[in-house]
Amino acid sequence: MRGGRLAALASGLGPLLLLALLLAAPGAARAQGTPEAPVTPAVPVTSGAPPAVTADTGFAAILGKFSTDRYADTAAALAELATSPSPQAAAVVDALADGRLLYDGASKAVFIRTPAGAIRDAATGAPVASPPVDLSPVRANNRVRRAIEAAMGALSLLDADADRRREAAAAVFKSRDPAVLPTLDAALAREGVPQVKAALAEARAAILLNSPAAPEAERLSAVKLLVDRGDQEALGLLRTVPADAPAAVKSAAQVGIVSIERDLKFWAVAQNVWYGLSLGSVLLLAAIGLAITFGVMGVINMAHGEMVMLGAYTTFVVQDVIRSSAPHLFDWSLAIALPAAFLFTGLVGVVLERTVIRFLYGRPLETLLATWGVSLMLQQAVRSIFGPTNQEVGAPSWMSGAFQVGQMSITYNRLWIIVFSLLVFVALLLVLKRTSLGLYVRAVTQNRRMAAAMGIRTGRIDALTFGLGSGIAGIAGVALSQIDNVSPNLGQGYIIDSFMVVVFGGVGNLWGTLVGAFTLGVANKLLEPFAGAVLGKIALLVFIILFIQKRPRGLFALKGRAVES
Amino acid sequence: MNRTRIIDRTGGIFLVIVLAAAVLVPASNLLLSPTNPLHVPDYMIPLLGKYLSYALLAVAVDLVWGYCGVLSLGHGAFFALGGYAMGMYLMRQIGPRGVYGNPVLPDFMVFLNYKELPWFWLGFDWFPFAALMVLLVPGLLAFVFGWFAFRSRVTGVYLSIITQAMTFALMLAFFRNDMGFGGNNGLTDFKDILGFSIQAPQTRLVLFVASALALALGYLICRALVTSKYGKVLVAVRDAESRTRFLGYRVENYKLLAWTLSAMLAGVAGALYVPQVGIINPSEFAPAQSIEMVIWVAVGGRGTLVGAALGALIVNAGKTWFTGVLPDAWLFALGALFVVVTLFLPKGVLGLGAQISGRLRRRPPVPVESTP
Repeated sequence: MRGGRLAALASGLGPLLLLALLLAAPGAARAQGTPEAPVTPAVPVTSGAPPAVTADTGFAAILGKFSTDRYADTAAALAELATSPSPQAAAVVDALADGRLLYDGASKAVFIRTPAGAIRDAATGAPVASPPVDLSPVRANNRVRRAIEAAMGALSLLDADADRRREAAAAVFKSRDPAVLPTLDAALAREGVPQVKAALAEARAAILLNSPAAPEAERLSAVKLLVDRGDQEALGLLRTVPADAPAAVKSAAQVGIVSIERDLKFWAVAQNVWYGLSLGSVLLLAAIGLAITFGVMGVINMAHGEMVMLGAYTTFVVQDVIRSSAPHLFDWSLAIALPAAFLFTGLVGVVLERTVIRFLYGRPLETLLATWGVSLMLQQAVRSIFGPTNQEVGAPSWMSGAFQVGQMSITYNRLWIIVFSLLVFVALLLVLKRTSLGLYVRAVTQNRRMAAAMGIRTGRIDALTFGLGSGIAGIAGVALSQIDNVSPNLGQGYIIDSFMVVVFGGVGNLWGTLVGAFTLGVANKLLEPFAGAVLGKIALLVFIILFIQKRPRGLFALKGRAVES
Repeated sequence: MNRTRIIDRTGGIFLVIVLAAAVLVPASNLLLSPTNPLHVPDYMIPLLGKYLSYALLAVAVDLVWGYCGVLSLGHGAFFALGGYAMGMYLMRQIGPRGVYGNPVLPDFMVFLNYKELPWFWLGFDWFPFAALMVLLVPGLLAFVFGWFAFRSRVTGVYLSIITQAMTFALMLAFFRNDMGFGGNNGLTDFKDILGFSIQAPQTRLVLFVASALALALGYLICRALVTSKYGKVLVAVRDAESRTRFLGYRVENYKLLAWTLSAMLAGVAGALYVPQVGIINPSEFAPAQSIEMVIWVAVGGRGTLVGAALGALIVNAGKTWFTGVLPDAWLFALGALFVVVTLFLPKGVLGLGAQISGRLRRRPPVPVESTP
């Protein structure tokens, strides 16, 4: 984590260093021929004479500390660099972070090796044509690396880029190095962007909180600022208030800790509920097609998961075509994949119904076995065509990223999937309740022979209903391709969960499926902190097994004569 | 009332074949020279033994599905539990010969920093106790599960789905390392059974013969059960559960007995399977495995017992052949088998003859039960 942040900072500083060098180059050219004042007398003076750095003996003294090759000196030098006004400071810190800061054991001179391999003088940034032979890098240990991070943070507090400044403020908030305080105050004074200003103020509060030198009023306002921030880090900071702090500060910190802990507990539950809703929406998407084929038609379709898988693969194929022929449409790829997946899996469903399932109505156990066979064939077919490995399905730009609500983070893809699952649910409900197809479907499932007598072509309705259920599974596959691995086994992971949702919610009732999916999703995620992911899932399965004993027809059972047949 | 004989003609032929195999296969392996075309090579022995344990499992599935109408999609759980009980015995027999050389703890426990044996491992070093557990653990699970399920009248598809949930939950549980059953690696690396090396050809022959005898015995027990008066009620439950209940029979008790017995037979099959295959791991609990067991029964002929055993042999021999010659085509073949059997062979391979002759004569076949 720390290393990653460091690397990110270092790579961010890279272009800056380049800029500094470019700016320094004309200066070097101008300085040609002028009598030079060597920073350290032992540096061999060569044709490319370094420019005179006048009166910056302080900076030279700091650099000198690097050449002793003692960690304590290196760290001390870094702390001083952090507040140094020299334009070379950032370059030196950057080089040290990358192990490119070199020193000559004999002359105690310090150099920077550029990433390209050229050697430059550390104090001036001027190129050195023939550097000493035995240059060794200044070594770093964990303490030095911490100091590097702090120094980088301090130096980028004054950066021109607002994002960089905010990152730097966050880094200072973590390191709480009192030496940065002057720089911080300077940065705070000239900061114009409100968010960055707040971040800087928090960083300042973090430093002031534990500095005995700060006046009590300052420390109290620091506590208040941290309590307002209210996250885990602020909590950790408040816990570090030393015992010798003034009583007012200590009690304020104590009150703050209690209130933050209460808030955090609330947000933790909220976050889990959110994860639960997200899981519930996934379950709803996976189960809602099954609610048609199993719930309404009574067909045990074990190939349902494979319909989801086919939908996901349709998304992959659509994106593949878009990538190769119309890259500008990529953000629309999911919108294109939706009807494609619906039509394709719906068609597969109609074919399956006409060739296999039609002969097995009224024999649910045989249907189960036959559709299981179909699922094996579909899996193997996809494996033979696309290979057994996961396929890469990209996310359009509007699906990636996250935003913060209070102390919980909400990712856009999860949010859109929840919205989408509810849209699909409403659409399906409308189709069944408001269209003539829905009317026929309900008529056929309630009393097939009567419906036939009224002139409804029951065979065609069967095929269309099964196609509808399969098509919706395909749509679910498009959504699930965004959050799950697209592999031939995708469907198998959902089939048991889907059946659990439908059976739990009550067969033949779409609202039961909705309630069942979100109940199971939220229950699963709320169990996880106590029981762990696997035990939570097991507990839920056992619960459903027991629940079915109590209510064999689910949460919202259909009543009446049609149920008994 | 005319009582059906326990051993009918098909059953008689079946028993003769199984017992003949128990004698002839070892004889051919030991007495004939390897060049003789009738010689059964050493590697075939555990393979055939594995098929026989599958056949016993299929007979157990057929008892509940074919005669009681309960389609279990969770018999793999009983099979695996029996297998784990045997595997625990075999693990304890390794003793100090494990990689870490701990005389008491199996290797995976040493690896996971167990200090002492968990309580549920105690006693498994003693074969009679382990053998008892092979019967008791699956039997108890089935009894408790069936007690609840049958009493609250969960039937048909719902029952199938919760049996599937049961085996799925067990699979998740056994995949956990801190369950104390070796996590996803399961139990393996066995050395001895009852003091004989498990790798030795002679031991394998004995295990093969034991599997054959267990299959014959399991068949006889099931056959005795289904031909008795109890069996008649069982079939009545299958065909018209509510009507049987209204006639005054305690339907749930009839189902519970068949269900529990079937689970115990499945446990025995698992216990015979493990030493011949040399490993037991949580994938045996996978719902897909349990569904595959059902297709063995469907291929052979549901409700015939002999057909179930036959189906297990046919499908598994096919699996061995396919995965050797055309590995990619196996799932196509298995999937097609599911579809073809349910659509065109409702009585399985065993009923094929009657189906064809019935077609030829253009006359409905005479139901076997109604013949005097």
